[in-house]
Amino acid sequence: MAVDEGLQSELQKAGVFVTSVETLYNWGRRSSIWPLQFGLACCAIEMIATACSRFDLARFGAEVFRPSPRQADLMIVAGTVTKKMAPQVVRLYNQMPEPRYVIAMGACAISGGPFKQGYNVLKGIDRYIPVDVHIPGCPPRPEALLNALMYLQRKIDGQRLTGTDKVRWYDETDPAEFPVPEFGAHDLEPPFNRAVWGPQEPIQRGAA
Amino acid sequence: MIQSITDIPGSVAGEQPLYGPRSYQVTSGNDLGAELLEVSMGPHHPSTHGVFRMDVVLDGEVVVKLKPVFGYLHRNHEKLAENLSYLGSMPYTDRLDYFCSMTNNWAYAHAVEKLADIKAPERAEFIRVILAELTRLVNHTCLAGFLVNDLGALGTPLLYAFREREKILDIFEAVSGGRMMCNYMRFGGVRVDFTPDILRRIRQIVDNYPRFLDEFEKLLSANEILMTRMQGVGVLTGELAVNASITGPMLRASGVDYDIRKVDKYGIYERFDFRVPLGDHGDVYDRYMIRILEMRESVKILQQAIHQFPEKGDFINPGVKLRNFRPKAGEAYGRIESPKGELGFYLISTGGVMPYRYRVRPPSFINLTILEDMCLGQKVADAVIILGSVDIVLGEVDR
Repeated sequence: MAVDEGLQSELQKAGVFVTSVETLYNWGRRSSIWPLQFGLACCAIEMIATACSRFDLARFGAEVFRPSPRQADLMIVAGTVTKKMAPQVVRLYNQMPEPRYVIAMGACAISGGPFKQGYNVLKGIDRYIPVDVHIPGCPPRPEALLNALMYLQRKIDGQRLTGTDKVRWYDETDPAEFPVPEFGAHDLEPPFNRAVWGPQEPIQRGAA
Repeated sequence: MIQSITDIPGSVAGEQPLYGPRSYQVTSGNDLGAELLEVSMGPHHPSTHGVFRMDVVLDGEVVVKLKPVFGYLHRNHEKLAENLSYLGSMPYTDRLDYFCSMTNNWAYAHAVEKLADIKAPERAEFIRVILAELTRLVNHTCLAGFLVNDLGALGTPLLYAFREREKILDIFEAVSGGRMMCNYMRFGGVRVDFTPDILRRIRQIVDNYPRFLDEFEKLLSANEILMTRMQGVGVLTGELAVNASITGPMLRASGVDYDIRKVDKYGIYERFDFRVPLGDHGDVYDRYMIRILEMRESVKILQQAIHQFPEKGDFINPGVKLRNFRPKAGEAYGRIESPKGELGFYLISTGGVMPYRYRVRPPSFINLTILEDMCLGQKVADAVIILGSVDIVLGEVDR
């Protein structure tokens, strides 16, 4: 329940600050997103460049790269996820405490990118874990990563703590653990997590 | 009241009384049942420069066994290239060693030029040398930053290194349109020509670079902590390095004078006056210093190349047909001195549009095979900087 803006500004003039718990929570979360220090391939270099001198991720409160998933809020999947690496990526995501967010950075993390035809490349990390923001590009420029972070902040601003549209981690029935894929006879087993991704239904031409 | 040690429940001591003088048994030790500890470092580990795993067996904190595990970034580069046209593989070579896309492009173009007997015009060769040496500056600067980062100097040297990297990437962006993935070289030349403005900007960077190197060295090279941590650590003898086909700055740090720019004289390198720095001890500090000294030599090459840059000329051989390019049947191996070592491409053509066999000789991968020999007997914290000094990029190791 948002506070009426007119009333809020009237009260602020009198030195009283009124807000909702939801706004306060989201404000705190959006202003200190700690990413996981986790690079997979080429995009990781651009991620480091974003954190370094010219682009300076610290302006958005997200410069504290944590090597441990237990201390991180945001996983930037920066690079090609191979089938050998995919179980580890899902395991790392499971180890992160909620609330947690994922940015899929670059064409490879979104869909396999230029290496999609390869026998060892996962065709998008969104098959196993829920992705909040996708950044296209090969690799995306640091500005694109900054833009994605701002998108994520906007998304966090709109999160609800209660009601039917509350965020996933306040739902008691929602599993916090995502199944970790394993090597099967031909491919990873399962090939995707049905809870977050499914193959598109074929379009029936001529159907009424 | 307890009279003797044998009265204590669970005691297995001898007949000595609890009070009074005692005698002690002296053993040869190792009775604690201490076991070796097996640690899996990676694939998610901040010091492995990507997705690399080391299975380390530790006795206390001394490494007694180390097994590198690769393949977490195996992207089927070679197989994809065998199903693409010759030109179609060029953007994929950018993604091998993603710090040095220009030298990767050049190595591939060099191999195809050998295969199809193409010659690049003089202006193109100058452009290639300038961009390759700028790439060497980027790579060695960033490596020094990452190496010191591994040592625990979190941030500051890396920020200095990336500040310089951004300036050079601006040049790459201006000439090719891409910051990291340039896709710039073509068979028989380069894709677009230099403008006079670019040459001016490169000259500006090159003129300022020695000042940056002086600053960087003043901060780091003679630092006491840095010297204590790096000197005498991870020693690689010249003989072992040659036997393990180590190339690049790692080999030269072990005292072996082997630089493909001098040995093969590919391109127009014989026109430039530059020296090859060599190390004495082959430890981590030597590998660090060799890279700093190599950057100074690169600056010299760049200054000469800018000075001699031809006013006019083709930037690509006009006789080369890039579309539907079919080299005659045969095989070729082209190699150049990339910042990490000998980067070679081996191609077999059957006369079709696609290579029959496409093989990369990656310097990072072959330099990494010697990791165990360098780490044995060292502390586990030093294994991290030894790996850092090898200068690996996982895109090239796993391909």
